[in-house]
Amino acid sequence: MSDAHAPLETLPRSLKILLGTAFLALAAFPFVGTDYYLQMVTRMMILAIFAMSLDLLQGVTGLVSLGHAAYFGVAGYALAFLTPPGEPVSLWWTLPAAVGASALLALIIGFLVVRTHGIYFIMVTMAFAQMVFYAFFDNKVLGGSDGIYINFKPEAILFDLENKKVFYFFTLALMVLVYAFLRRLLWSPFGRALAGIRVNEHRMRALGYGTFNHKLAAFTLAGALAGLAGFLWGAQSGYVNPELMGFHMSAHVIMMVILGGMGNFAGAIVGAFSFEYLLHVFKDLPQVAGFHLGKHWQLWMGLFIVALVVLAPRGILGLFASLLKDKSEKQGPQT
Amino acid sequence: MDFVNFLIQLLNSVQYGLLLFMLAAGLTLIFGIMGVVNLAHGSFYMLGAYLAWSLAALTQSFTLAIILGTLLSVLFGLLLEWLLFRHFYKRDHLDQVLLTFGLIYVFEEMRSILWGDDVHGVTIPDVLSASIPLTETLSYPVYRLFMSGVCLLLALGLYLLISKTRLGMKIRAGAFNHEMTEALGVNIKLIHALVFAMGVGLATIAGMVAAPVSSVYPNMGSQVLIMCFVVVVIGGIGSVKGALIAALLVGLVDTFGKVLLPQVAGMLVYVLMAIVLLYKPEGLFKN
Repeated sequence: MSDAHAPLETLPRSLKILLGTAFLALAAFPFVGTDYYLQMVTRMMILAIFAMSLDLLQGVTGLVSLGHAAYFGVAGYALAFLTPPGEPVSLWWTLPAAVGASALLALIIGFLVVRTHGIYFIMVTMAFAQMVFYAFFDNKVLGGSDGIYINFKPEAILFDLENKKVFYFFTLALMVLVYAFLRRLLWSPFGRALAGIRVNEHRMRALGYGTFNHKLAAFTLAGALAGLAGFLWGAQSGYVNPELMGFHMSAHVIMMVILGGMGNFAGAIVGAFSFEYLLHVFKDLPQVAGFHLGKHWQLWMGLFIVALVVLAPRGILGLFASLLKDKSEKQGPQT
Repeated sequence: MDFVNFLIQLLNSVQYGLLLFMLAAGLTLIFGIMGVVNLAHGSFYMLGAYLAWSLAALTQSFTLAIILGTLLSVLFGLLLEWLLFRHFYKRDHLDQVLLTFGLIYVFEEMRSILWGDDVHGVTIPDVLSASIPLTETLSYPVYRLFMSGVCLLLALGLYLLISKTRLGMKIRAGAFNHEMTEALGVNIKLIHALVFAMGVGLATIAGMVAAPVSSVYPNMGSQVLIMCFVVVVIGGIGSVKGALIAALLVGLVDTFGKVLLPQVAGMLVYVLMAIVLLYKPEGLFKN
């Protein structure tokens, strides 16, 4: 049962300072990091946008979607279809088109799924995402199981996205924009209504809120933002395949939100960075006594997830917050 | 489609439906009684198939493999319940989703370490390897009939257990009101452990019985898991009767979809689910 306030809905000053420092570090990173790490951090930021979009549903509204990757993948595919094989395509209309495609899909599926609750919602979002997955997986016209290459990054005229540093800053700017937008939204009347739905939907209905419309709007918005991340992913990697909308991708993004801490968007960013870094560490594990540890990264990830749920269900920022709380309790009785 | 072909497809769809039911029954019971979402349920199906393959190779007998495999899987289920699931009955669904997703990874890699990543075949025992000729060119394998028979027997057994025995009464009481049942002196923890182990057992048996037909391969659990979710959503969570009817319905739609409309066959089952959701958001037979 949810508390009236999500953990860290208001960020303490110490955390704000920490996040600000992290932002400065991110902005400075391209001037010191190598190309390999530059691409890795870009990928982390894209996943951070994806994780924030899910947090709007999972942490704020209390809807656990196990099929969020569908909206992520569809935008990537939209870019792949819109990019001709021989030349780049303009960013300025493909980005809105791809985000629109994701939003439309989320609106249609959302219309069916937001009428369900709890466990049904989890199962149904997962099943519909699988439907989208198989639509792309089974049809050669849509790329089939091999996926599609995107030969050129979108053309922006004002800046050159083929340049890795430029792409990095473009992604960073979008991540900060999405964060600022969602933080504003969290404290807007709409965001308060969504939080109200998480805490007690029946009461919200009794107060006269059309919770169906609110949930559908949140679902569509979350789908659109996931689409933004998917578009960037497709542009960065130059390749889309059905795995982008798969079950594992959906579960990973839930993991990111949990790992960081739900309901405040900052946690989603922290979670996406940590999760992607862990994945990198696990896959890079050495060979020990003829047993390749890195090849079995899923085992370590699986054990890590199990340990996380058992030991720290409130995520990294949650741990951080409880440490802060302990400290302030020691300092004095005032709360 | 002539009559013989129709008959073959009908038998196939019933067999597929019954197999799905074996898996979905466990899933729906575990949710209905303990309130746990178990994403790792498909892994038990995979476990069954690999057990059938390795035990049949070890003992040289398919029957012995099935008996041993069932015992092992029930023990495994009890252990898993005691070690992990027991502590998650009262937790948020989100935590359960995460836990069981982590378990999928763990099981999948354990399988890879223990049994490797190759595809294996399991030979059908001689007694069941015949085919019933239907026309000069078409015939129906006895083994598939045997599969349906096993599933039907187990479904009947499950029905009798739940609705006619004292244990079944306690299970139903526990699902209805957990605290009250406990207050009346029923050891609800034991009931939970038994129901969980039964769910694991059913899924494993389904995997073992299916192994000779589907062959044994990595990740075989995930696709079947999602089909089970669809079955449970259509049937209504917690309802075994709903699971049976929904499983047969899904079997029919999937099998005939593949024959009649191959381009969209993969999506038809989900369309069915969408239609059910529009009219009955809580499934056909809500408990």
